[in-house]
Amino acid sequence: MKPIYLDYAATTPMNHRVLESMLPFFEVQFGNPSSSHFFGQKGEGAVEDARVLISRALNCQPENIIFTSGGTESDNLALRGTSLFARRSKGANRILTTPVEHPAVANTVRQLYEVFGFEVDYLPVDSFGMVNPDDVKKNIKKDTALVSVIYANNEIGTINPINEIGAVCRSHGVPFHTDAVQAAAHLAIDTQAENIDLLTIGAHKFYGPKGVGALIKKPGIQLFPIQTGGSQEQGMRAGTHNVPYIVGLATALELAEKSFEKTESRIRELRDFLIVTILGQIPQVKLTGHPTQRLSNHASFILQGIDGNQLVIILDRAGFACSSGSACKTGNPKPSEVLKAIGVPDDLALGSLRLTLGNQTTKRELDSFVASLVEIVARLRKNRL
Amino acid sequence: MSQKRHVLVAMSGGVDSSVAAALMLEEGFAVTGIMLNLWSDPTCETQNACCTPEAQRLAKTTANQLRIPFYVIDAKTIFYKEVVQYFVKSHEQGVTPNPCWVCNVKVKWNVLLEQLNYFAADFLATGHYAKLTQDKINIFHLCIAEDKKKDQSYVLSGLTQNELSRTIFPLGELTKNQVRENALHYGLDTAERHESQDLCFLGPKSPEQFLKELQVGDNREGDIVDSKGNILGRHDGLPSYTIGQRKGIKIAAAEPYYVIRKEVGTNKLIISHKSELGAKNFIVTNLNWILGREPEMPGTVQLQIRYHAKKVEATINRSKEGKIEVASSVLLRDITPGQIAVFYTGEEVVGSGIIQ
Repeated sequence: MKPIYLDYAATTPMNHRVLESMLPFFEVQFGNPSSSHFFGQKGEGAVEDARVLISRALNCQPENIIFTSGGTESDNLALRGTSLFARRSKGANRILTTPVEHPAVANTVRQLYEVFGFEVDYLPVDSFGMVNPDDVKKNIKKDTALVSVIYANNEIGTINPINEIGAVCRSHGVPFHTDAVQAAAHLAIDTQAENIDLLTIGAHKFYGPKGVGALIKKPGIQLFPIQTGGSQEQGMRAGTHNVPYIVGLATALELAEKSFEKTESRIRELRDFLIVTILGQIPQVKLTGHPTQRLSNHASFILQGIDGNQLVIILDRAGFACSSGSACKTGNPKPSEVLKAIGVPDDLALGSLRLTLGNQTTKRELDSFVASLVEIVARLRKNRL
Repeated sequence: MSQKRHVLVAMSGGVDSSVAAALMLEEGFAVTGIMLNLWSDPTCETQNACCTPEAQRLAKTTANQLRIPFYVIDAKTIFYKEVVQYFVKSHEQGVTPNPCWVCNVKVKWNVLLEQLNYFAADFLATGHYAKLTQDKINIFHLCIAEDKKKDQSYVLSGLTQNELSRTIFPLGELTKNQVRENALHYGLDTAERHESQDLCFLGPKSPEQFLKELQVGDNREGDIVDSKGNILGRHDGLPSYTIGQRKGIKIAAAEPYYVIRKEVGTNKLIISHKSELGAKNFIVTNLNWILGREPEMPGTVQLQIRYHAKKVEATINRSKEGKIEVASSVLLRDITPGQIAVFYTGEEVVGSGIIQ
């Protein structure tokens, strides 16, 4: 049996049209965009075309796009760059964030606290992992350098009320960053309408290549570069442009935006079927994250009396690639911070399972998956030491 | 998966378990590689332990070469409970533990057979050197490996019929040299690693250092006395000594002294000359009979009281409930409480138990 992939939130297979758009820039049009000769100009042209495509997709100015090596680098740049700048320019010394961020944000915040001496305030989240904009209002302070709230949670899929949170930040004059690495694959994001000052995206979540992403920065938001060197990206991100990958990012985002209308409803329907079937057929299982305000392709659960890492291993051997949500493969069970934050007890939190669907997912695959899952969960529960 | 029988191979990254996996593939099994993560202490990750990041990398590389799936299973909690705590407790009680034997019995086979159930797999295979045969009435017999020098039947002697019936030792009929040739043949680049000699969880630490860090055992100094009770000197904490030890006693004498006993209650170390050393009779408890039932007793067996020790002839006899009296044909100098006595008849393991 061909293995079935249900882990599109981890990464996606690259769209062939994306690959085709990238290929000329490896061998033929190989010029360095920073060179003044015609080779370089063609490279620069490709990067600028990509910028325009992305600016249209996200409703921002082309010059506000900073190309990076991916979501993690974009998060690092947004957090460290903005916080350090705000400290220098106005003595702001606090960061306001949530306990349900991706490690790319959470661990950068931790370093800003431990090494750089920033104070960190954590917003409360409800049992779905959602932030209330009123809590942002209550917790934002005069010396808050930056607010960072994840757009849609990678582990539990919950989508935050981003434009309301952004509006609060804007009224207080505090820059607002959101990690939209998951969200950008499923939602048409409008950075202007949604009051977003800094937005993180990464290409490989929407059928683009791994190793490329961008930070979208509203005009007027100032930050220090965190990678210094040449003056690429207006001095905000030094290093020779990764031309083919930047082209790939733009193509992938354009294709994604165009196909949302068609694909999202199909995937959402499959996802809803999956949730209903699992909740109906497996005892002692609970959906995590918001039942409706969640990524269209995302289903996450906790299963009582199950070790999520073990479940993922057995499912893999049975031909189904999924995740336990905490992306742990070294056999080191630690309950997920996100599940802890939404009040799941530690022993239950170890029983997490994340299923994320994509373009190639079919109803037949899900039928076969659910049948195996029912059998495997029963087997694991029965044979526990 | 097809109708192939499915075997889980316990892989350590070393040449033995790698070849075991290759042989199972060759036999036509569907093979899955498993590594148990038993212990992690960032201060003591050494090359020869079997679940270090380096060992994981090696095992993953091998699995990738063989195109088999490979998973690391966490077993740190049970390992700590069954092996490390036992090691510590033994030292507190002044007996010498045998952590590897206990690990096989209480941790490895336990966890791996649980995995077998989880995977709904048919067999477990390991890279141990021992032979396993099945007779006409479906009883499994554990025997010495073809390669006598590498034989590991001693540390496997705690396994039961249920465990053995689901186990395969693919290297039992091979010599170490043949295993190396096989590794070459299959193109496995498992570099010959320094073989595990020390306890995996000690790392670069000595047992004494390890125990001291855990603040375990009575490390008070005390008297060293001879068998008549004469005080000959001072010792620096009983956990530092093992029965039969000669070096490190630091008492000048014409004839060397050996440790014969540790008295935890009085914190005394009893030493003696070789001439006074040794015994023939001792008691064994916690018995495991490989065939699942007691052999006829009294009976004659080949007795082994340490890993790699020479076997000697002995008789075993039923004592009280759950106890066996062992009478060796020769004087044994290192009958060590806490160690494992294994009984053989010919090539076959009859059973084993803990020396009292």
